[in-house]
Amino acid sequence: MIYLILVFFLLLLMLGAAVYAIVQKDLLYAVIATGVISLVLTALFYMLQAPDVALTEAAIGVALTTIIFIITIRNTVRHEDDYNKKDDLKSAIE
Amino acid sequence: MKKFIVILMLAVLGYYLGTTFYSLGFGDARFEHGVKDYYLENTVSQLNVANTITSIIVSFRGFDTLGEVTVLFLAATALGGILYKKRHHIGDRSVLFPASSIVRSGSKLLFPAVILLGVYVFIHGHLSPGGGFQGGTIVATGFLLMLLAYQDFTVSHHILSFVESFAGIFFVAIGLLGFINGGTFLQNFMPVGTLNDLFSGGVIPIIYILVGFKVAAELTGLIYTVLNEKD
Repeated sequence: MIYLILVFFLLLLMLGAAVYAIVQKDLLYAVIATGVISLVLTALFYMLQAPDVALTEAAIGVALTTIIFIITIRNTVRHEDDYNKKDDLKSAIE
Repeated sequence: MKKFIVILMLAVLGYYLGTTFYSLGFGDARFEHGVKDYYLENTVSQLNVANTITSIIVSFRGFDTLGEVTVLFLAATALGGILYKKRHHIGDRSVLFPASSIVRSGSKLLFPAVILLGVYVFIHGHLSPGGGFQGGTIVATGFLLMLLAYQDFTVSHHILSFVESFAGIFFVAIGLLGFINGGTFLQNFMPVGTLNDLFSGGVIPIIYILVGFKVAAELTGLIYTVLNEKD
């Protein structure tokens, strides 16, 4: 019973983080939220007795993907509203 | 006339594809229990591998793993091709925030431990959870830590590409050596040893170590390319 409640809570947490990542205009916060999804998913995989997949998710989902996204944000724009198609096109041509 | 020929060819192709898939018998009685029983029975009796998942990934479904490694290689190559810049100044990163002394000392302290953990994970891939992909990613994370902390820390692209090609060539060579005793691609041809030993499982640990080196080199190169990209 307590196992079911824990799984349900973790699934709810994942869902909440996913909705937050979509709604949030600050992309840095959105990336951290996707990292949280991966972290919770790691715990879920471990609870479902799949340690191999949990290790993969922890190494790739939590660490590598998050940091590559953060580097990308650092090199582009942080807020979704700052995105200007005209400027982007100009810099792409130059 | 042209359209008619095309439709005729498509019909012939469709007929043969349809009969092939029909004769495979998806959901048939002989597939009722799947292939899991075969894997579970033969992992220990044939290969002496403690981790069933490793035996499936590297031995029974080894060809799929070769495909996965190729996909990763193609992704890293494509990223490198997109972000390629002729003028590269070493230490001239686009992410130009100087790391604090806490981060630098912590990274220096953690770097050997992270590398050791990654190597442990892919050497013990056939005994404990984890394997080449996981271990390789952990090693790449260790390099990422150093790249973020020290702006003058560099990795040589020549060494990375050498390690990667070497690992890939040896993976295929070991796969082809499986044909020696009239077997199939990636068939085991070495003594399997005793269960739960470090030197057990025939070619499985060797292949997983090669996969670990390949993945580590690819991901480190990928991170280095992204970090050095600047407008």
